[in-house]
Amino acid sequence: MTTVSDALDQRTDDDNEALLVVDDLRTHFEVPAGSVKAVDGVSFSLARGRTLGVVGESGSGKTVLSRSVMGLNVASNAHSTGSVLYDGQELIGRPIKQMKDLWGVEMAMVFQDPMTSLNPVVKVGRQLTEHMRHHLQISKSEARELAVELLRSVRIPEPDERFGNYPHQLSGGMRQRVSIAIALACSPKLLFADEPTTALDVTVQHQILNLLGQQQQERGMTMILVTHDLGVVAGRADEIAVMYAGKVVEKAPTETLFAEMHHPYTQALLWSIPKTSNPKHTRLSAISGRPPDLINPPSGCKFSPRCPYAQNRCHEEEPILAKGVGPDHTFACHFPVGSPASQEAFDRNLEAGLPQTLAAAGRIGATEDLPDESWQ
Amino acid sequence: MAGSGNAHMRGVNDTLLQVDDLTVEFPLGGDRIVHAVSGISFDIAKGETLGLVGESGCGKSTTGRAILQLPSPTSGSVVLNGEDLTALDPASMRSHRTDIQMIFQDPISSLNPRRSVGDVVAEPLHVWGPKDKDQQWKLVARMLDAVGIDPDVARHKYPHEFSGGQCQRISIARALVLEPELIICDEPVSALDVSVQAQILNLLEDLKEEYGLTLVFIAHDLAVVKNISDRVVVMYLGKMCEMSESDELYAHPAHPYTELLLESSPIPDPTVEIDSEMIAGGELPSPINPPSGCRFRTRCDRADDICSTDEPMMRRVSDDHYVACHHPLVPVEEVTVDIS
Repeated sequence: MTTVSDALDQRTDDDNEALLVVDDLRTHFEVPAGSVKAVDGVSFSLARGRTLGVVGESGSGKTVLSRSVMGLNVASNAHSTGSVLYDGQELIGRPIKQMKDLWGVEMAMVFQDPMTSLNPVVKVGRQLTEHMRHHLQISKSEARELAVELLRSVRIPEPDERFGNYPHQLSGGMRQRVSIAIALACSPKLLFADEPTTALDVTVQHQILNLLGQQQQERGMTMILVTHDLGVVAGRADEIAVMYAGKVVEKAPTETLFAEMHHPYTQALLWSIPKTSNPKHTRLSAISGRPPDLINPPSGCKFSPRCPYAQNRCHEEEPILAKGVGPDHTFACHFPVGSPASQEAFDRNLEAGLPQTLAAAGRIGATEDLPDESWQ
Repeated sequence: MAGSGNAHMRGVNDTLLQVDDLTVEFPLGGDRIVHAVSGISFDIAKGETLGLVGESGCGKSTTGRAILQLPSPTSGSVVLNGEDLTALDPASMRSHRTDIQMIFQDPISSLNPRRSVGDVVAEPLHVWGPKDKDQQWKLVARMLDAVGIDPDVARHKYPHEFSGGQCQRISIARALVLEPELIICDEPVSALDVSVQAQILNLLEDLKEEYGLTLVFIAHDLAVVKNISDRVVVMYLGKMCEMSESDELYAHPAHPYTELLLESSPIPDPTVEIDSEMIAGGELPSPINPPSGCRFRTRCDRADDICSTDEPMMRRVSDDHYVACHHPLVPVEEVTVDIS
């Protein structure tokens, strides 16, 4: 496995601290129409105790990425290559039987929808204690005691009573707290939170994110927070990786990313969020079109068909993830935002009347949808 | 409010829709009743967008549906263009349905998966529009075009061939095809990605301008509501907390609940400090047995004795800003004004 040793060679500096090193991870799904390149060459390393935010639209591959690292893509048409080093152990190619020893104890996941991730016909208590008893080898009564304690620690009122409830007897926020309790039960070192608050109200979202942060600190966990909302990760992640079409297009420490973002996609994501500080009826700058077809992705930069800065070069030559100005700041773009070249490119496109550039400039917007290639 | 009153209502002549003391209750059997909406009043001027905002279970969707008489409210009146919809017999109500249309939350499940897009959008016309197929298609094509969907490509395609954002555009075309005066948008963007959400919000603004629409915009995301609304009503457990012109509401929230919602809203800026203390609490009390007095008092840190005994009434903060709270965050006028 040359890729593994290469990865280790390259990263000797920060590897002592890294809990997770992902190198050139690719997950492809074979379907009748071809190969869906859901994750297509992602590399990163994550130090112990840190939080990585993974941000992107639906279909950018962020969920498949976290599932690939955990080895949850068990369908027969899913195929992962590359390397995932967890605490020095290679996970790619590891049989499911051995992965099961890691799930829950070493790494765990909180899923998006607490309605469907909990079993509706099994009491909360049993769902909580099932894997505790398996992994920790404890008796039923010990497991119950631990579970009630856990429910209390995720701030569920009357945990004793809730232990005997079915999921439908709890509100959405409470159910997500139960999911978090289940994920935390065997004290994992690495926690994946896949859109943990997307299905919840803002007030509950705020509480759940606080709870995750607090539990992470208490337990010294490493966390990967997957979301489509830059607002959710802004104050909560140490680093952010922005994904598009199965690739990381920009990665930087959170403050750096927000202060000097270089990839047009990152900027577009941020600009499309409405802000309470803007006056009413502020025109939003939308990203036109939609994420690309992952079976036959566009040539060159995958974002180029939607990018307001795109030039001929972008459609032909794919940019590689390169170092930015600041430390740990990488991005993949020929015309990075903020550079004079990108301003020129933008002005040129604006003059040429490119729809996505006009949309970004806020001149026109929503009614102009980009032609969709899959229709032809 | 958690309170009642109609001090915030404007004159009848200036407004398209007046909702007065709207109450919707669902009997559960026995003596138990779900108090979904309890005495809500608001009005909307022609061409205005009113935002209804609150957590799940606050009655915002029920309010939207009660305007459409789906189902008819338990009591109260809904006056559209001077006509009380609650008093109409079913046949005349039916003829008024063309004036009010609705856009639903989940764009994919709100379109019939077994009918082509051309059919789905034309269906309202089968009932109310021209009977001539070509004429129908002309109208449908115009609407699809207006929402940014290529009519000739989409006509014979099915909803599953479109993305969530495109399905929402198709739903909007269907709502528009009868040229309604009022559209009720029930969380139209909460199932969409931020990038698509921005497209749909911009589209709604454009269409509103073009067709002179009046919108009721229901959502739980404060930033989205502020962006599109002229005035905002904050609801809690079937009651109104605050009603205000939207810039004013976000600049000077008067109700503790509004402030709580604003503080919880994620801000895409890492330099903004996050209040990380809030971890527990904040469960909505049961609408079967709502708290006495102010319904928000169980979650409010300003609550005292009067909040549990007296229900707060709507009081004036400034022009176009009213709050129902005994201990508001900004000074209010002491006297409740009754314009009716």
